[in-house]
Amino acid sequence: MNTNNNGFFVGSRLEQVFHAGKFAVTGELGPPQSADGDVIREKSQLLKGYVDAVNITDNQTAIVRMSSIGSAAIMMEEDLEPVIQMTCRDRNRLAIQSDLLGAHALGMHNLLCLSGDHQSFGNHPTSKNVFDLDSIQMVKMVADMRDQGIFQSGDKFKGESAKFFIGAAAAPFADPVEFRPYRLAKKINAGANFIQTQLVYDLEEFKKYMDKVRELGLHEKAYLMAGVGPLKSPGMARYMKNNVPGILVPDEIIQRMNAAGKPWADKDKSELTKEDKAARSRAWKEEGIQICIDLIQELRQVEGVAGVHIMAIEWEEAVKPIVEGADLYPRPRVKQLDIS
Amino acid sequence: MIIAEQKPLDEIKKLLGEAEEVLVVGCGTCVTVCFAGGDREAQIMASALRMASKLDGGSKQVTDLTVQRQCEWEYLDEIKEEIAGADVVLSLGCGIGVQAIAEHYPQKWVVPGLNTTFLGLPTEQGIWEERCAACGDCVLGITGGICPIARCSKSLLNGPCGGSEDGHCEIDPDVPCAWQAIFDRLSAMDRMDSLLEYQTPKNWRTSRDGGPRKIVRKDLRLIEDEA
Repeated sequence: MNTNNNGFFVGSRLEQVFHAGKFAVTGELGPPQSADGDVIREKSQLLKGYVDAVNITDNQTAIVRMSSIGSAAIMMEEDLEPVIQMTCRDRNRLAIQSDLLGAHALGMHNLLCLSGDHQSFGNHPTSKNVFDLDSIQMVKMVADMRDQGIFQSGDKFKGESAKFFIGAAAAPFADPVEFRPYRLAKKINAGANFIQTQLVYDLEEFKKYMDKVRELGLHEKAYLMAGVGPLKSPGMARYMKNNVPGILVPDEIIQRMNAAGKPWADKDKSELTKEDKAARSRAWKEEGIQICIDLIQELRQVEGVAGVHIMAIEWEEAVKPIVEGADLYPRPRVKQLDIS
Repeated sequence: MIIAEQKPLDEIKKLLGEAEEVLVVGCGTCVTVCFAGGDREAQIMASALRMASKLDGGSKQVTDLTVQRQCEWEYLDEIKEEIAGADVVLSLGCGIGVQAIAEHYPQKWVVPGLNTTFLGLPTEQGIWEERCAACGDCVLGITGGICPIARCSKSLLNGPCGGSEDGHCEIDPDVPCAWQAIFDRLSAMDRMDSLLEYQTPKNWRTSRDGGPRKIVRKDLRLIEDEA
C-alpha cells in the first residue's frame, strides 16, 4: 500500500487499529432530523469506548438530517472518532471536494464514499438528484486528492491537500451476485482502503463471497469489515429478508427470533397486556443482540475479515452489550498522531 | 423517437383561459406514432374542448389541423393564415414544436397540450420506455448497447449499486435494473472486460450541464459563415 505518513495513509485511530492487526469495530450514528446537537452528544456517549470509530450517515434513506460533517464536529468534541459519509446523490464534484477540504481542516480523516439511496425513498421525493460521479469515481477522486495532491480536474492543491483514510461499501448479496467481488475489486483498485459491507446474517453465503474475495487477493489490498446489526423483532427480520435488496436472512435466524417470543406466542393478541408486550420486546431484543454476538464470533474466524461494522441505528444502546459479549472490549489504545 | 403524453384536460382549459378562437395544432411525426398529438388526437382534443366550453357556458370556437413536423419552419409557414385567425394556439407537438411555433409567430400566444416525457420506443403495444438521455457523449459502445445514463436510476458508470434485486431497481419493482441487463448481455457475449475497467467521471459538458446546446455543420451551411 502506498502510504506517506509514518507508514500510514492518515494515521486515524481506525487506520491504526487495522495497521496493528487488531480486529476493528465501527459503529453507526444517524443524525437527528433537527438542528439539535445534543442528540449527537448523547448518542456519542453510548458508543464511546466501545468502537474505534463511528460512521455518521449522510441524509440516510434520502431523509434530511443534520449533515455528516456538522455532526462529526460535535462528535469529536465528545472525543469520539468519526467516519464521515458522503453520497453522490446530493453533491457534484465541486461540492464534494469543497466539503472534504472543510472536513479535513476540522480534523476528520475517515471517509466512506457511497452512491446514496435514491431520493424517491425519502422525504423529498420531488427533488433533483445529482450523481455527477458514482461511488467508485468518488473513491478515485479522494485518493488522488490525498496521494497526488490534485483536484478531480487535475489542478494542483494550493497548499495542504485533504487526506482521508478511504472507505467504500460492498453489497455481497445484491444482484448480479456473480459481479459483486469484481465490483469490490474496482473500488479497491480505485483507492478504497477499507470496506464496510451490507448487513450479513447468512454466514454460508458470506463465506462463499469471501472465498472469491480472497481468490482475487482483495483482502490483502484493503481492510474488509463485515456489516452486522442486532434484530429487534421477528417482524424486522422478515421485513429485511423480503423487502431490503441485498440482505439475506436465513430462516434459522428468524426461527431463533420467533423462539425468543415463545412464552407470549400462545396468547391471543387481545390478551397481551402492555407489560406482556414490553417483556416480549425485551426478550426479542436480547436474542437479537445474542445473534449479533454469535455472528461476530463466526465472522472473526473468516479469513480476510478485518473487523465488524455494527449498524444499530436508533438503538445505539445495543452496541455496548454486543461489543462486550463478543469479547471485543476494551478497544485497543492508539497513539495520537500528528496528522497532516 | 420523442415520447409525449397529453396534459389533463383541466390543465389545458386553464392554459387556454378566456381565449375564444382556439387552434389545435397536431404534429405528424413522433407524437403521432406515440398516439399523443397526431391528427386523430388533435381532432379529439378539439371536440373535447368544444364540449367542455359548452358545458361551462362558453362559446369557444375550436378548430384543428396537423402539420407534418412542427419543428421545421417550412411546415409552419403552411399554416400562417390559420394561426393568424386564432387567439391562442394549442400545440400538440413536443416541447420543440411548441417553441418552434412561438419562435416563428412571435405575436401569437402558444400553449402546450402535451408533456414531453422522454426519448424512447414502444416496447409493446401501449408501452413506451426511455432509452436515451441525449447526453452528447455516447457510452453504448462500452455498456453493450444498454444506456446506464438513461436507464440506471443513478446514472452510474461503474456497475450496479447495492439496490439491484431480481433484475429490478430498488426504486420500483417495475423498473428494470439497467446494470443487471448490461451484466447479462456482456457476460452472454463474453465481453466482460469493459465492465471490469474503471470508467472515469463523465464529461457532462456535452449534456445539458454545459448550457443549451447547438451544432453548427459548416459543410451543410448554405451561406459562408463570417470568419
